[in-house]
Amino acid sequence: MSDFSIERGAADIARAVTAGSLSAADIVEAVLSRVDAVDGSVGAYLTPLHDLARGTAANVDARVRAGERLPLAGVPLAVKDNMCLTGTRTTAGSKILEHWVAPYTATAVARLLNAGCVPIGKANLDEFAMGSSCENSALGVTRNPYDLSRVPGGSSGGSAAAVAALEATIALGSDTGGSIREPAAFCNLVGFKPTYGRVSRYGLIAFASSLDQIGPLTRSVEDAALTYDAMAGFDTMDATSLDREVEPSATALREDLRGLRIGLVRQFDTKLLGTDVDAIYKKAYDDLAACGAEIVEVTLPTADYGLATYYLIAPAECSSNLSRFDGVRYGLRVEAKDVQAMYEETRAAGFGPEVKRRILIGTHALSSGYYDAYYVRAQKARTLIAHDFEKAFAGCDLIACPAASSPAFAFNAKSDPYSMYMMDYYTIPMSLAGLPALSVPCGWVTPPGGSAPMPLGLQLCAPLFAEPLLLGAAHAYERATKHATQHSPRVEAVSP
Amino acid sequence: MQSDSIDVRYVARLARIALTDEEVDRFSEQLGDLLHHVDALSELDTNSVAATAQVVESRNVTRSDERRPSLDRETVLEQAPRRQGNFFRVPRIIAE
Repeated sequence: MSDFSIERGAADIARAVTAGSLSAADIVEAVLSRVDAVDGSVGAYLTPLHDLARGTAANVDARVRAGERLPLAGVPLAVKDNMCLTGTRTTAGSKILEHWVAPYTATAVARLLNAGCVPIGKANLDEFAMGSSCENSALGVTRNPYDLSRVPGGSSGGSAAAVAALEATIALGSDTGGSIREPAAFCNLVGFKPTYGRVSRYGLIAFASSLDQIGPLTRSVEDAALTYDAMAGFDTMDATSLDREVEPSATALREDLRGLRIGLVRQFDTKLLGTDVDAIYKKAYDDLAACGAEIVEVTLPTADYGLATYYLIAPAECSSNLSRFDGVRYGLRVEAKDVQAMYEETRAAGFGPEVKRRILIGTHALSSGYYDAYYVRAQKARTLIAHDFEKAFAGCDLIACPAASSPAFAFNAKSDPYSMYMMDYYTIPMSLAGLPALSVPCGWVTPPGGSAPMPLGLQLCAPLFAEPLLLGAAHAYERATKHATQHSPRVEAVSP
Repeated sequence: MQSDSIDVRYVARLARIALTDEEVDRFSEQLGDLLHHVDALSELDTNSVAATAQVVESRNVTRSDERRPSLDRETVLEQAPRRQGNFFRVPRIIAE
């Protein structure tokens, strides 16, 4: 085997495989060895795919030898387990799909495989992508590679942990209210949610269709840009996919922030996050200025209504989307005396508490007599929030704010559903407005009672379709600050 | 908008989810709390505001009505919890 280092980035790997100095087969053996050594501690994967990974790697090597140019040749990929991959178990972290095998492949996954990626495994998630800690998975526990007593964030917690623990180079996540950005912040990664409609949702098991968006979790902005470029673009299989040209972002990476105005949101006062965390965000904003950006204040008067709006719209859409899990055509069935009882018992046994809670809220919000008061009012609040962003972007190019309300917390620390929902306070408004946003590492803090420094994420947000600007600016900040490299994951110490 | 206590048993019937008594109690409390937080939306003046269902310029996408390949029947039925021949089998719906 070659002396392949599993810390290498996607761009570097693809170059080496294309040049013939590395083989995808060697890379995949190194990464599978890593998975075998540490995943017992981390629990990133629900279904590792050793045989598929080896077969795909051999195929990638053959394609490269035949002269094909693959932008992600040999890059090890973790796939969140709410995305279909033909012939693999695809569970959405739920007992109701525990044994379901996907008969087709999601467009985003297919495009990355076509670009040369090698699938290492299907990664754990909060059930049906509902959660902010990965504690809602019905099928496994995932731990934060920087402190195994803490959560990896959610819902794309397995995807984040896989990349942070060097069990994959890049991962696919899905973001509905912050489910890529928050685990990225908790696990010292870049997590990028593109503009709604940029990446096809075909083959993504739907949670809240007007919000769900697939995006990458990576160890660098450059890798996020490469991954995004490989999978973005129109797809006839998704009726909400945008038929609009995608400008490449990997070629738009900037060296500084000169000429950019970055807005700080008056309503997002980081003093509320505690002295240590506040100091890190103040420093992050200073660093943006040191990179050449002009810092301005902007206002989002309706930002505080984001959570309430989201927790009506997302459950309403989830109650509709999850009605297909009825025990008739696929997934779990609990036999009962009649069809009605079969539906009720199947869904009672198949769904976990968070999913039931959201289905019930959504069903209530859509039910007769409450529809206008709850659902329609939330859709109108969504309009106001989107207008707020439009006005804010008249005065700045990008918005900067925290990615999450705290660093990664300990398991079972948040028993009250609303305190868990508050984790997404800073990410939900962007989701409601469909805007592209990402989290990039911005510093470390040792939480009260914690034994290790934990990462924090700076969220940057851009107007609709401004992905190249967003990724370009994040790249400049990342290069100037290098926060991600300050601490290493602590999984070796406890691995078997 | 007001957060009346939510009839969880009724909503669960609409949602086709059987709940235990313990779940009814717990969800009643939690959903009541959540709806209380959601009541904050009544502070917003939304009278002259249009509802937003989609934030980007999504249009209905239609294709010509032509036959084309789909999943074959066996692939679909392989996933059935119960089947009989080429059908999904479910409990009797019409009483004798």
